[in-house]
Amino acid sequence: MTTILSAIALFLIVNLLATLWRVARGPTAADRMLAALLFGSTGVALLALLARLQNDASLIDAALVLALLAAVGGLAFAERAWREIRDDDRAA
Amino acid sequence: MTALLDASSLVLLAIGALFFAAGTIGLLRFPDVYTRLHALAKVDTLGLGCVLLGLALQADNLAQALKLLLIWPLVLAASATVGYAIARRAQQISMRPWRGDDA
Amino acid sequence: MILAFDALLALGLVWCAWRALSVRDLTHAVVQFVVFGLLLALAWARLAAPDIALAEAAIGAGLTGALLLDSLRASNAGAAPSPSGADIAVPTSNLAGAVRLAVWAAAVVVGAALLLAIATLPPPLIDLRAQVAGALGASGVSHAVTAVLLNFRGYDTLLEVVVLLLALLGLLACRGEHDPVATAADAPAEPLARALSRRATPVLTLTAVYVLWAGTTQPGGAFQAAALLAATAVLLHITRIVPAWERLGFARRLGAAAGVLLFLGIAAALLAEGALLRYPPAYAGSLILLIESGLTVSLALILAALFLCQTETQ
Repeated sequence: MTTILSAIALFLIVNLLATLWRVARGPTAADRMLAALLFGSTGVALLALLARLQNDASLIDAALVLALLAAVGGLAFAERAWREIRDDDRAA
Repeated sequence: MTALLDASSLVLLAIGALFFAAGTIGLLRFPDVYTRLHALAKVDTLGLGCVLLGLALQADNLAQALKLLLIWPLVLAASATVGYAIARRAQQISMRPWRGDDA
Repeated sequence: MILAFDALLALGLVWCAWRALSVRDLTHAVVQFVVFGLLLALAWARLAAPDIALAEAAIGAGLTGALLLDSLRASNAGAAPSPSGADIAVPTSNLAGAVRLAVWAAAVVVGAALLLAIATLPPPLIDLRAQVAGALGASGVSHAVTAVLLNFRGYDTLLEVVVLLLALLGLLACRGEHDPVATAADAPAEPLARALSRRATPVLTLTAVYVLWAGTTQPGGAFQAAALLAATAVLLHITRIVPAWERLGFARRLGAAAGVLLFLGIAAALLAEGALLRYPPAYAGSLILLIESGLTVSLALILAALFLCQTETQ
């Protein structure tokens, strides 16, 4: 069971690092922010997995807090940071 | 009973991991912001839901399981709202959606 | 297999840190920084430091990210179009090739020396963990980290909170004359986000109280709870339910200082009995909870003020 959990954790972190490509590449600011939000959700899953792997229930609290606050960051971006349309943002 | 719980937990975790992968691949491969938002939604709903349910089946006690399951509706609500906010903002600043006939 | 996990995590951390510093586009850099914070929370979890993982998730990923993203609007408002965001080339530097090579070589040598030093550290003279475990019974709480923060090293925590208060004073002093940043006051508040923040406020507040209370027996405590409360205020402000704090009135100033004053007051009162901050064992638990509650309120106000204290156009 532990090996399978570790395998899934490894799989998820490979996913995480793959997302970094979109952060680097994403032509618009929104693409980068979407990648950051994916990071947040994957991070929640990883923290919950680590809670089981390391037998540490407090990491579930950390996962809960992360889930709540990733939304705040995402909304801050949508409402505040993304102001001007720049020429490079206009293309899809 | 424990064997059944373990087996279903593993199946759920595998399905969840699959949806995570699907969401990541979608984020990397889809052509514009609007479509990538769709990919992200799969991760937040099914991916996270299956993983949390699978872990809840392995939890030490009921309180832990409930705490794990509590995360899911919060993420659902948050991800739906943030997705909508980003898409709305993208439209406000006139971001063109991808059309299939673009080369 | 977990080793591969750790290796990938470490790699990701270094990559994100480098990118956060080296990209030209500010929005890109901020997103890299937020992503770095998330990876760091995972790293703390792997290092068996759940208190810091909790704090990093709350402050690093959520609050600091929102603060940086909000500060971007000042730069975006007047920014010239930046070069294409798809640029992932390393920015050119002015240093000659030989100088750069020398800097790289020096960095590698120092890094190797540090690794060698860490690998050959002598065993510690004092076994701190055993000492803390031995004294935990008389500390008033059953979680070692809280005991250290609020009891054994309470003096440090007191001064840390004073530093945060000074940061707030610095902010208030510096922002006096700057030009108000234009907001999208023309765009109506987005209804779905408003509905979410209204419903999320009780959930966030409840979680904050839980984290504060849990701090006595498991990871948690005042800093994490304060970050959650501040994030609630930030959420309400972003969705235009709570207006910006143009002036910090007397009530808010008192609230921000209250935690420090409470801590100082208790410390001074204990001075009469002997040493500074020596809690009588019978009341230690209650005193710690009292101090933590005061700190939560103050820190929440201070952190929220970092975000909400701005002037907006009429």
